[in-house]
Amino acid sequence: MTVPYAQVVGWIEEFASTVAENKEYLTQLDSAIGDADHGINMDRGMKAVLAKLEGLEGDEVGGLLKTVGMTLVSSVGGAGGPLYGTLFLQMGTATAGKSELEPEDWAAALDGAVDGVQMRGKAEVGDKTMIDALVPARDAFHSALADRASFVDALNRSAGAAEEGMQSTIPLVARKGRASYLGERSAGHQDPGATSSYLLLKTAAETWSGAG
Amino acid sequence: MKKLINKPEDVVTEALQGMAAAHPDLLRVNFGPNIIVRADAPVQGKVALVSGGGSGHEPMHGGFVGMGMLDAACPGEVFTSPTPDQMIDATKAVDGGAGVLHIVKNYTGDVMNFEMAAEIARGEGIEVEAIVIDDDVAVQDSLYTAGRRGVGATVLAEKICGAAAEEKQSLQQVAELCRKVNANGRSMGMALTSCIVPAAGTPTFELGDDEIEIGIGIHGEPGRQRRKLASASEIVESLATPIVEDLPYEQGDEVLAFVNGMGGTPAIELYIVYNELHKLLEERGIKIARNLIGSYITSLEMAGTSITLLKLDDELTRLWDAPVRTPGLRWGA
Repeated sequence: MTVPYAQVVGWIEEFASTVAENKEYLTQLDSAIGDADHGINMDRGMKAVLAKLEGLEGDEVGGLLKTVGMTLVSSVGGAGGPLYGTLFLQMGTATAGKSELEPEDWAAALDGAVDGVQMRGKAEVGDKTMIDALVPARDAFHSALADRASFVDALNRSAGAAEEGMQSTIPLVARKGRASYLGERSAGHQDPGATSSYLLLKTAAETWSGAG
Repeated sequence: MKKLINKPEDVVTEALQGMAAAHPDLLRVNFGPNIIVRADAPVQGKVALVSGGGSGHEPMHGGFVGMGMLDAACPGEVFTSPTPDQMIDATKAVDGGAGVLHIVKNYTGDVMNFEMAAEIARGEGIEVEAIVIDDDVAVQDSLYTAGRRGVGATVLAEKICGAAAEEKQSLQQVAELCRKVNANGRSMGMALTSCIVPAAGTPTFELGDDEIEIGIGIHGEPGRQRRKLASASEIVESLATPIVEDLPYEQGDEVLAFVNGMGGTPAIELYIVYNELHKLLEERGIKIARNLIGSYITSLEMAGTSITLLKLDDELTRLWDAPVRTPGLRWGA
């Protein structure tokens, strides 16, 4: 199975509506340990992305994902703008020239996403950030492919690992971002960035579960 | 939530429209992306100063655009870093051929967005230096945090570096001066009440009627400790002591003492704070040579105060006293 261009657009649209549905939830998580704007910012960014998609032509996945990245960089602000912007820009670079995604292409996109976010944010696993969801998701996808799992199974295992990674942030003490100012008081709260990263990968798995 | 607004989503735009209408002699405002630029920019041969950050801290930064201070400010959404396209537009709009200094408060989002902007502007041939301000002693500076936050010293750095730029000092000199202000400035704040982000509509944090937060950040980030309300004397003691001991400021030092209101505290209380600070420093043999008292770096409607000390020398004092003409700070011009 492969994921055609139209389904990649479908994933972006689905992520936008998931962010809209979870706007208050993400903001609530952020108000516990950050500055209460993550859901608001991501929703503004993904709405700008939707507006951009309307005028977009072509069938090249790399160009599509770079457009998503640039739009987020210029509309989100905060830390989420550069981080999610870089994530999509690097996914776009990894999928340049593709009109559909093979499992190996998505693996490369996840590699690019993780490397880009780490380059920009300088976080490691355990710092209570997006990276805590993204790294396990990337690794789970790679090991699923190594186990000869189907694309759909690999996506599901990847999303499952992201969910576990997100939950693993609850007891952690933050070492990056605004939450790090809380020190020990940041423990006991789920990281909002890890949560939106999980939603990103969950919507990919759901949107593409019937992809042929 | 009770606020003097029309719609939460229009808060930043309408405030900027108000600034443009009020101060056409000092500045102009560009929309989409939003930037506030000195009316006579670019000033040829002068280093240009660009700062920016989330909105909600007014008059910082937009209110400090004008002669003797900033050449441009990039206002983000409330409490949200502005975006690189704003910073790039601002940098291009004010570059007078002598380079551009970005003054960045140490918050993860601000630092990352300014980094992306500086990379792109340099790629387009503009000389850009960036200095990160991190003066908040409430935060332990360690490998395990994002470092100290940028607060009150930012206002002082913008004033002093703005004066140096007016003297046609080089980009390297102005950047060095900015590092010096940051190295000699320390701050700490406290809150009596929370702030309410318009788009969120509810208080950013909960504080009991008899509770205060010592070491609060300008976005309502928690500080060192939550404790019972105390007298102004005790509160000033708990802010000023960690500041004085951090640098440290010592007997015989001359300082600029900046008593800042968080947005919801009246001037009468700020003078009580100043009075306590004056007594405390006098006991330690530290002389207040200059002062600034008022609400300059705010946190929406938060009630509370922050104290900033800057150790002065002849150079810093001379540049502090130099003329400035902006909506927020104005003397000698």
